[in-house]
Amino acid sequence: MRQEVRSLDPLDSPGLLRARSSGAGLGTALSATLKRDLLMVTRRPGDALTPLMFFAMVITLFPLGISPDADQLALIAPGILWVAALLAALLSLDGLFRTDHDDGTLEQLMLTPHPLPLLVIAKVAVHWLVTGVPLALLAPLLGLMLSLPEGSYLVLSASVALGSACISLIGAIGAALTVGLARGGMLLALIVLPLFMPVLIFGSGAIVAVIEGGAWLAHLAILGAFLCVALMLAPWAIAASLRVSLHD
Amino acid sequence: MWAFFHKLGSPRWFYAIASRFEPWCWALALILIVVGSVWGLVFAPADYQQGNSFRIIYVHVPAAFLGQSIYIAMAVCGFVYMVWKIRVADMAAAMMAPLGAVMTFMALLSGSVWGKPTWGTWWQWDARLTSMLILLFLYIGVMVLRATFYRLESAARAAAILTMVGVVNIPIIKYSVEWWNTLHQPASFTITERPAMPVEMWLPLLIMVVGFYAFFAAFTLTRVRSEILRREQSKRWVQDMFREKC
Amino acid sequence: MAFDSFSDWLAMGRHGVYVWTAWGVSLGLLALCVLLVRSEIRTVRRDLRRRIRRAAATNGGGQG
Repeated sequence: MRQEVRSLDPLDSPGLLRARSSGAGLGTALSATLKRDLLMVTRRPGDALTPLMFFAMVITLFPLGISPDADQLALIAPGILWVAALLAALLSLDGLFRTDHDDGTLEQLMLTPHPLPLLVIAKVAVHWLVTGVPLALLAPLLGLMLSLPEGSYLVLSASVALGSACISLIGAIGAALTVGLARGGMLLALIVLPLFMPVLIFGSGAIVAVIEGGAWLAHLAILGAFLCVALMLAPWAIAASLRVSLHD
Repeated sequence: MWAFFHKLGSPRWFYAIASRFEPWCWALALILIVVGSVWGLVFAPADYQQGNSFRIIYVHVPAAFLGQSIYIAMAVCGFVYMVWKIRVADMAAAMMAPLGAVMTFMALLSGSVWGKPTWGTWWQWDARLTSMLILLFLYIGVMVLRATFYRLESAARAAAILTMVGVVNIPIIKYSVEWWNTLHQPASFTITERPAMPVEMWLPLLIMVVGFYAFFAAFTLTRVRSEILRREQSKRWVQDMFREKC
Repeated sequence: MAFDSFSDWLAMGRHGVYVWTAWGVSLGLLALCVLLVRSEIRTVRRDLRRRIRRAAATNGGGQG
């Protein structure tokens, strides 16, 4: 749906317009995108808090649904911490492109002469900084509540941080494909969850490995490898998907 | 040679060529599946360890092969569509998807039923079954995504992108699930990793596999013909063809 | 022949339920696919024929 775009947001005009009209370099465009997205988050802090609250509440569901027994919880803690973090990140993905799609900023972004895949990386980076990193920082506290064994908290944070970066990248593909669709959120989850499973396996595997004294660094290294591959390939898929969605 | 492929991209030519090959594919599929089934069910020797439940392999393995192959074929079709804009490729990808999902489901069901007498449980989170389950999710995702778009071309491109993303992920998923499985079940006995099968056992299996592939070809050719008629119904050649029939 | 009698074959050495369920559902699904595909192309052709006939009739009526 094409709308006459007259951005009412005074924050984005200077940077993006300058980048677009004066043919300014890629760096200006990237920093403008980064700045704008970060400022959007500060205006709506709820966007950043909601995934964290969801994370905490889902973790609370497990003792309620299973048992408050510390030993039982400690056994399943790595897995449910990771699943809850994954679901929280998934929930926040739907909004990644939706607001920009609805007010026409996405179209503006696509009209710039700068390569869309790179601009997309900027947006996904902000999403990770705003969602993934807080999740990684909150995880140890929730791990404590689940009687997660000592010595695994650092690896917990590291694996959630690395893994959520992969999730942001891979999930952005799904978000781009479903941004123009009604009730796209559910469909987003459907198409993107199978792709998350390897990240989950190695993410929670790292925590289990450090608890059992195994090769936790190898697990984190594989997560890093996933991240590298995702950084190389996902931006192109995201850009192509955005083009499909906007032409629908 | 190149001209042949180019012709194939034209719906009209594809329809003509598909109509010629279709009956042969059905015939081949029928013969091979019947021969393979009878051989596997009646004549092949029972397995030393698993007894007669082993015979399930003759439907499980072909279904598993096809579940994976069809997804890869869909990804190839999607790639051809995105790069060369050949619409017949997109039609093929759309038409073969349900069969791929059915085959994957068949593999899951037969694998699960096979597991009961072998391991004692209806479901086992072993590497093969788990990967098959994830593949089924991938299929359903692509089919639902394609159905949700309003415009045909957007649906085609979206499905192509998702299928290609999925196909890149399939080896990653398989490797990850295998790794996950060895971590938690060090002494697992997988269904198809066995000492070399004697000829009397793998020959009917081969026949069934080829028969299933022939079925896939026949199925896809027929459905693509339907889809071509549906999409091209306003074209002259379709109108002429049906006017003659009246 | 791997079996001594027909009832032996049906029983599949205690595994009859499993073998026949797996095989039955699999071949049943294949048969279902065949039926659905054939009915699909039949429906498409029938609808097309109808549509063309109707178009020809209205054209003929218009001209006549």
